[in-house]
Amino acid sequence: MYKFLAQRNNLIGWMLASPLFIVLVLFLILPIIMIVIVSFWGATEFSIYPAFQWDNYEFLFSSSVTYSVFLKTFMYAFITWVITLILGFTIAYYLAFHIKSLTWQIALFLLCTIPFWTSNIIRMISWIPFLGRNGIANETLIGLGLISEPVEWLLFSDFAVILAFVHLYTLFMVVPIFNTMMRIDHSLLEAARDAGANGFQTLVNVIIPLCKPGIMIGSIFVVTLVMGDFITVRFMSGSQSANVGRLISNDVGLLQYPSASATAVVLLLTVLITIGIMLRFVNIRKEL
Amino acid sequence: MERRSLSFYVLTFVFALFILFLYGPTITIAILSLQGPNGGLTFPMNGMSLHWFYDLFEQQAVGDIWGSFRRSFALGFMVMVITVVVSVMGGLAFRKKFTGSGFVFYLVITSLIIPSILISLGVGLIFNQLGWDVHWTTSGLGSQLTWTLPFGLLIMFAVFNRFDKSYEEAARDLGASPWQTIRLVVLPIIGPSLIGVALFGFTLSYDEFARTLLTAGSYNTLPLEIFGMTTNVTTPVLYALGTLTTVFSFVMIGTFLGVAVYLQKRKKRLGSDANSGLI
Repeated sequence: MYKFLAQRNNLIGWMLASPLFIVLVLFLILPIIMIVIVSFWGATEFSIYPAFQWDNYEFLFSSSVTYSVFLKTFMYAFITWVITLILGFTIAYYLAFHIKSLTWQIALFLLCTIPFWTSNIIRMISWIPFLGRNGIANETLIGLGLISEPVEWLLFSDFAVILAFVHLYTLFMVVPIFNTMMRIDHSLLEAARDAGANGFQTLVNVIIPLCKPGIMIGSIFVVTLVMGDFITVRFMSGSQSANVGRLISNDVGLLQYPSASATAVVLLLTVLITIGIMLRFVNIRKEL
Repeated sequence: MERRSLSFYVLTFVFALFILFLYGPTITIAILSLQGPNGGLTFPMNGMSLHWFYDLFEQQAVGDIWGSFRRSFALGFMVMVITVVVSVMGGLAFRKKFTGSGFVFYLVITSLIIPSILISLGVGLIFNQLGWDVHWTTSGLGSQLTWTLPFGLLIMFAVFNRFDKSYEEAARDLGASPWQTIRLVVLPIIGPSLIGVALFGFTLSYDEFARTLLTAGSYNTLPLEIFGMTTNVTTPVLYALGTLTTVFSFVMIGTFLGVAVYLQKRKKRLGSDANSGLI
């Protein structure tokens, strides 16, 4: 009887999950397999041909560009992570603990999340009038007498890239951290206060440990989004800087698909290892 | 009522700055899109006009804005419908453990965190090697689903985690078939959350860029069209288009949220007396 029920459960489960599974097989698993296969192929100037050779990987690992580009990718990810974590935590903390009415909490939370549903490209373009040579930032700084001539490194620089990343991805930090904060039992905070903890001690010893799952989920989002990005870096650096994603898209532009695939495989492994390390600190499935 | 502490005012200030940071640039290009005919990409304003918006409706030198808008809208709608149906089914499936459910779950998470360009490249390569033409309704649609489905499914997980199973048991005890239980009890209760899934499905598709880049084929979607414009258009017409797209996004978000609020209110008004006790 039990066995029969379990079999029935399995059948119903798979029937319900099959559309999801089919989409993921066709558009996630097969593409990854395809990329791995093509990464061993060869390419002429105009076409690619099946082969089994390590040339693409050999070239990738022998080029010094690869290492500097990967280093740059990690640098972008790390700096963006630090800034979005501090900013996102602060915003979530404010919404969860300083706003007392639920209606206001929801309203302000929506205000923070609405940009997520608008176009990333438009939001990047929106920085041009701010950061350009004659942009608002320079005009303001000159007006204040802080600088005498326009600063050149505002737009089309690493600064602009990271600013755009923070602009685009902070809410990926805010949402999961806010979510875990809303579940903290307020009697724990009272207990901490009764036990003589001041606000800062409560924050460090009670709130932050309880928010760890949200922090980890947000961190995984931000790190993977930044590491996999290619368009923000291209647009905001004015093609002056490169990360791994751009390396891939440049190869694609030159129809060098095998070489692009090899880089993509290495990028995927790097991202997976990074997440694997981060997941050692938290169990995601328990937290949904 | 506690007295507001100093930290409240400091954090309110930080929050206000954050909101300004989020919306400031968008508002700025909305203002700049009203530049006069001789205006440039930055301040000062050179008169005020709707010149650049009229310009959008003229025959464009580059690209096909309205065609790409129609395609993006149609694609967003298709992605939305599929995302809602597949996410609900997936959410129902994951309520009970089944052999391989862990594997499917990790596939969903992988789909969420995989760098978008891998999907674009992989799907493009498969179509290329099979000799099929990439098209926004086939390869483009599938690639976008790998981005919208994980979000839809995570929302459904959250919904079903808070779902009171005793309603279903009651329906079953009253003799409802499994299908009747789903259609008449479960779906009406989770209905308002489906608006959320639909919102994610539509807007994420409408704005998607990286996963569509190599899979949309010769007919561009709107984000691809806009990106193409950034390299060769240097007039405020770019801002006008950006503003129009953002306004459209806001209208869609507002509509979805409005419907969600309306459904919640209606549920309260017409809801049964279940849960309120017998006496």
